Amino acid sequence: MSPSPLLKVSGLYKNFGGVQAIHNLNFEIAEGELLGMIGPNGSGKTTAVNLITGFVKPTEGEIGYRGKNITGWPPYKIVRLGIARTFQMVKPFYQLPAYKNMIIPLYSPRVKKITGGKYGDRNAVALDLLEEVGFERDAFVAYKAASVLPQGYLKRLELAKAIALQPDLIILDELFSGLSLAEVASIVPIIEKLRQQGKTIIMIEHRLKELFRIADRVIALNYGQKIADGQAADVMDSQDVKNAYLGSE
Amino acid sequence: MDNEKKRKERIDRGIKVRSSDVFALTSWREMLYLSAPRLLPVVGLLILSIVLSHYWQRVLLSVSVFALLAISWDILAQSGMVSLGQALFFGTGAYFAGNMNHYLGWPPSVTIPLATIFGGLLCTLFLVPVLRLRGIYFSMVTLVLPLMLVRIIEATRIFGGTEGLSGLSPLPNRWVELYLIIAVLLAALFGFRRLMNSDYGLVLKGINDNDRSVMNAGINIYWFKTQALFIASAIGAFAGAFMTHVYMFVGMPVFALDYSILPIAAAVVGGMGTLAGSMLGAFVLVPLSEILRPLGGLRIVFYGLFLVVFTVAVPEGIFHYIQRKYHQFERWVEVE
Repeated sequence: MSPSPLLKVSGLYKNFGGVQAIHNLNFEIAEGELLGMIGPNGSGKTTAVNLITGFVKPTEGEIGYRGKNITGWPPYKIVRLGIARTFQMVKPFYQLPAYKNMIIPLYSPRVKKITGGKYGDRNAVALDLLEEVGFERDAFVAYKAASVLPQGYLKRLELAKAIALQPDLIILDELFSGLSLAEVASIVPIIEKLRQQGKTIIMIEHRLKELFRIADRVIALNYGQKIADGQAADVMDSQDVKNAYLGSE
Repeated sequence: MDNEKKRKERIDRGIKVRSSDVFALTSWREMLYLSAPRLLPVVGLLILSIVLSHYWQRVLLSVSVFALLAISWDILAQSGMVSLGQALFFGTGAYFAGNMNHYLGWPPSVTIPLATIFGGLLCTLFLVPVLRLRGIYFSMVTLVLPLMLVRIIEATRIFGGTEGLSGLSPLPNRWVELYLIIAVLLAALFGFRRLMNSDYGLVLKGINDNDRSVMNAGINIYWFKTQALFIASAIGAFAGAFMTHVYMFVGMPVFALDYSILPIAAAVVGGMGTLAGSMLGAFVLVPLSEILRPLGGLRIVFYGLFLVVFTVAVPEGIFHYIQRKYHQFERWVEVE
């Protein structure tokens, strides 16, 4: 593991009233790694993402990104550092055509900084990005309003919106949920391509089979605590994980 | 006509395809098709300004002011802020202009621009603390603020108190009044329509649609909302400052509920989300209220009735209806 991790979460706590959503969470992720995050429903996976991306402020603990303490920063500042996420419940702009959805991330200050203030023709960039994630250009899917697109395309759109920000760390919150096997199979190459570009990825998934095929390392959560951390096979062998998913006798 | 043999066919024109290219220059018909809707308000207002009687010219001033307030309301609504307090913007601008004219003796040519800018800034300042509120919570604050300001003026007797400030400088003559407000109205209509259709406007509309998603794109939504707020309040403040010098008076009525409610009714009747619709709504509602004036007390009943019938019959708004029809061909075709 490299000396300084890209993202370091230490001693993180989050209470919603009396509920402890995250209880003393610690983990690191190295640059270029693909980390899978698993756990039963309500185990705090999405809360962990919300904490890292600033949508929720932690009760206690620290989140470091490239050695910088980003705990409690607002989401838009965290995005500017290069952390992008997708939402489990897709959040498109329903009124707009798919490619117009892409304009908003392309308009962000981060993209402006990277491209030196020259966006080029944003519509063209948007259409290119959408083609990359599987919006067939010949079928004009990208011109359809987001409100009429099927779930599979909305998930791709969500992914494309994250990619448009040119992030270093991408957090995918249940990207595969609600998709057919064929759709998942068509998205996996996109993720592998992102890895080749050197992006660091955190994937939250319930589709364990697909996740384990591509993840370098997996951590398992239960009741807001980390119960396992390591290679996929080792994590699945852990008695704690089995108890969490299947219940203990 | 034999209905069994023919049916009505409807074709929507591809607007984008026709308008965004140099192909529009291929024929006069094409150019007219594109320019007519834009020329209509310009030519219409200029003709109206000449042919109307003195009385109806005054009505036109009032119509234009409400049209500006409706445009201001529409910009806020498109950016996800439903305001119930355009009177705040109108009244703040009015008092700014009135005070600068009364206490400092500055002429309208100075007070109106300054009141537009500082009125806009002050209203933005008032509302920045509540920008995080959404929906009805934001609306409630905008509704309460002008009512509070009236009471402050009444209780502390500042700025003329309940009497108001009268004897303010008028604008040079009625033609200056008329063409100033027409010029500003047209500039606001075309300028802000263009702005809302740009990528900048797209971000504002995105905030209305899904603010978390815009935040997630690395955009500080509160900064964008503040900018939209300033634009909208500056428009309202201009309207207020202008009317102050037309009436040569400023007093507590500038915070009246009319200035908050009528712009919303105009936007609903005319069609929200286009600015042109809101303006059109003001041009229907305000003259209607004038025509109904002989009915006396019953005026409000008929006015209300009209609003109800209208919102039920054309819920999308007049402008959206006309726009849709304009871009459609309808013809009878033979059924084989």
